[in-house]
Amino acid sequence: MTVTNVDWRSDEVVARLARRHRRDVRLKLAGMAALGFALAMLATLVISLAATGYQAFTQTHVRVDFALSDEHIDADDPQRGNYRAIVGEAVAALFPELDSPAGLKRATGILSSGAQNVLRDLALADPARVGERVVLTVPVSDPFDQLAKGLVRRDTPENQRRVSDAEIALFDRLAEAGRISQPFNWALFTQADSRFPELAGLKGALWGSFYALLVCFVLSFPTGIAAGIYLEEFAPKSRFTDIVEVNINNLAAVPSVVFGLLALAVFIGWFGMPRSAPLVGGMTLALMTLPTIIIATRAAVKAVPPSIREAALGVGASKHQVVTGHVLPLAMPGILTGTIIGMAQALGETAPLLLIGMNAFITAAPEGVTDAATALPTQIFIWADSPERGFVSRTSAAILVLLGFLIAMNALAIYLRRRFERQW
Amino acid sequence: MIGYLVALIALMSLAGYFWNREAAKALRARGSRLHSLPSFHGSYAVALAALPAVIFLLAWLVFEPSAIDMLVRLGLPPEATEGKGPGEISLLMSEIRQTATGRIFGDPPEHVLAAAERFTRLNALADWALGALVFAVAAVGLWLARRSVAPAFRARQGVERVLTGLMIAASVTAVFTTLGIFASLVFEAARFFAMVPIDEFLFGLNWEPQIPIREDQIAGAGAFGWLPVIWGTLVITAVAMFVSVPVGLLTAIYLSEFASARVRGVAKPLLEILAGVPTVVYGFFAVLVVAPAMRDAGRALGLDVAPNTALAAGGVMGIMLIPFISSFADDALGAVPRSLRDGSLALGATQGETVRKVLFPAAVPGIVGGVLLAVSRAIGETMIVVMAAGLIARLTLNPLDSVTTVTVQIVTLLIGDTSFDNPKTLAAFALGLMLFIVTLGLNVVALRVVRKYRELYD
Repeated sequence: MTVTNVDWRSDEVVARLARRHRRDVRLKLAGMAALGFALAMLATLVISLAATGYQAFTQTHVRVDFALSDEHIDADDPQRGNYRAIVGEAVAALFPELDSPAGLKRATGILSSGAQNVLRDLALADPARVGERVVLTVPVSDPFDQLAKGLVRRDTPENQRRVSDAEIALFDRLAEAGRISQPFNWALFTQADSRFPELAGLKGALWGSFYALLVCFVLSFPTGIAAGIYLEEFAPKSRFTDIVEVNINNLAAVPSVVFGLLALAVFIGWFGMPRSAPLVGGMTLALMTLPTIIIATRAAVKAVPPSIREAALGVGASKHQVVTGHVLPLAMPGILTGTIIGMAQALGETAPLLLIGMNAFITAAPEGVTDAATALPTQIFIWADSPERGFVSRTSAAILVLLGFLIAMNALAIYLRRRFERQW
Repeated sequence: MIGYLVALIALMSLAGYFWNREAAKALRARGSRLHSLPSFHGSYAVALAALPAVIFLLAWLVFEPSAIDMLVRLGLPPEATEGKGPGEISLLMSEIRQTATGRIFGDPPEHVLAAAERFTRLNALADWALGALVFAVAAVGLWLARRSVAPAFRARQGVERVLTGLMIAASVTAVFTTLGIFASLVFEAARFFAMVPIDEFLFGLNWEPQIPIREDQIAGAGAFGWLPVIWGTLVITAVAMFVSVPVGLLTAIYLSEFASARVRGVAKPLLEILAGVPTVVYGFFAVLVVAPAMRDAGRALGLDVAPNTALAAGGVMGIMLIPFISSFADDALGAVPRSLRDGSLALGATQGETVRKVLFPAAVPGIVGGVLLAVSRAIGETMIVVMAAGLIARLTLNPLDSVTTVTVQIVTLLIGDTSFDNPKTLAAFALGLMLFIVTLGLNVVALRVVRKYRELYD
């Protein structure tokens, strides 16, 4: 072995060292840039959703005096009243100078077509009020909502916006009269889907998601725990156990749309279960959540120290008693954490629900697990596909609601982990 | 109805539990030495009462609709079914069902009204029979359990055997799910290949599935070659990998080697948020922000960018996969033994040189496994491409163009129309089968690579 004398101070070596350090810095900067890019994308995502979505949390309303005259409604049969005429008369009273039918029709267009439904609900709830005059705040239709929120700009040429100058003038008169207000949009949570953006809400989707997750939980939670405990505590080391384990790992990586195909062919095609039902959606989601819960259960059970088992066995407990009396309670926080995370994933799952028809247009909230319904993510998909401008902000708002639920669920999981995690 | 029956079973089991437990306690009070604790005698009653009743209930529910259908069909006058194909008969049956629920359209013929009435009657009868039989099954179980209470009776072993059986059944669910997926895909795909030759599907260069499903519809002649569809999938996957692999790897290298603990503590949860965002949200993001931005950028550069360019869908998918790749790379880098890192640093290598020349080569198998899993994810990803990619299958390499993917086609073919008797809907199952095979293959290879590599250092 020859030892060469190297002059560590020579220009060549110093230059090389500087070069090597520069490369180090470059790698570090590239890493920072990559992290920055990822975080910038996250920020863009959140900001763009918040910027378009916040506007859907308020809704422009107009205060109008309606006369529930018995001319148009029969107090004995309020269902069949001519509510359109009542709305028309109320609008005519607001703008006495409009006498042409076209002008009146234009003015009536300021009000949402839901105004008739509000009046009908009122008359149905209390037929005694027929004949009275009522003052109501009703939503304005989507183009005027956009106008009031500044999303339709007044300086765009008239032929490029959905409201004409004449309509804007009428709307401004209402605003000057102090009849326009912009309260919190409760309808977003109390109404189901609608063709009209100003009336569309998430109630149906929220209930649909709730029922689907309920079914998913009822099926996957006990099954997942039982399977996880069996594989971790009881299963003999055999070929069969190996097959089951490989299966669970692979199942976790099967594309979600394939689960939708399974549900469509088996649950709906062969078993004849109803389409669009949260029951079928929940069963599909349960199959997808099962691997998550099994894996979480196994990890939590494995974390329980053997000394606990040995102590219990030592005082005469059977293997099953050890598991149900000691291992399972100690593993429960870990299992629950995994389950909540699995449920959060299930809540955001869309593709399988599309295939089983949970993207239908349904204007009533489901009352059970077999009623046709949508779910939060499929509602987002429906609204994102709708051409009306008002649905853009509503889609973002629905996404914000969904993300809110996901954050709450994950926060709960983190809290449980922190609160109950034990170091043995 | 089912809710009441479940409540009935629960109530009877609960009653059985206390009945048996008290009986066992009474035995003990009289001085017998019991083999099993009284609570095990109680649980034994629950197992005997509830388990057969629940299994019976589920079996009944599975078979009831088809049994009633058959009875109603057999009861139809022969002239009503004579010479009719299965499609017409199923139409008739659905008319009978509609009529039975009170939704009567037009003027149904006499035999339909009679059948509807019989349908209603049979359903009511079935409900009563089910209730009575469930009660009887549970009662027999209770009686058997009560009879077995004796000092020497090994109730604990009985309960534990049942528990073990239930646990094994739960474990096997996963296997059955896989089998169910495979069976349903193969079954429906086989029906598709009976209509469209398999070589046309595998090697055809045209994908035009919009064939007429009714005779009066105007539509294309139909072509079912899947190559342009999988080609589009690969184009979008390539774009996604082009974004996510470098960004994910560099992020992982930075976080595991250079970043301070505080930066790591903030950045990692933020990346996890990126991983937890539902894909439908990414899809909307692609449509709302990314695609318009790319179109504007393309216009500024004088490029012709399609409204649903593969670049937007693939790019957003890449963003989604960044945390996936970075966490895999992070694990792989962290799993390299400390001695290798220390040895390299002790020889005078800089931190960057250690990463590039020592840690990274050692971690490559783990990283490759992670990338393969990410590819499988990208191929199977649905919502982003459904919302942001195109519908028309094209054999193009230009990412600015719009392409379609396997998952997009599955969803569009199955939304709306779902009669399982024409190649259009069945084609979705053939595509699903291919998707399943491809992703399963990738997963198996990836998991094997990762495991081999773990063994290397364990």
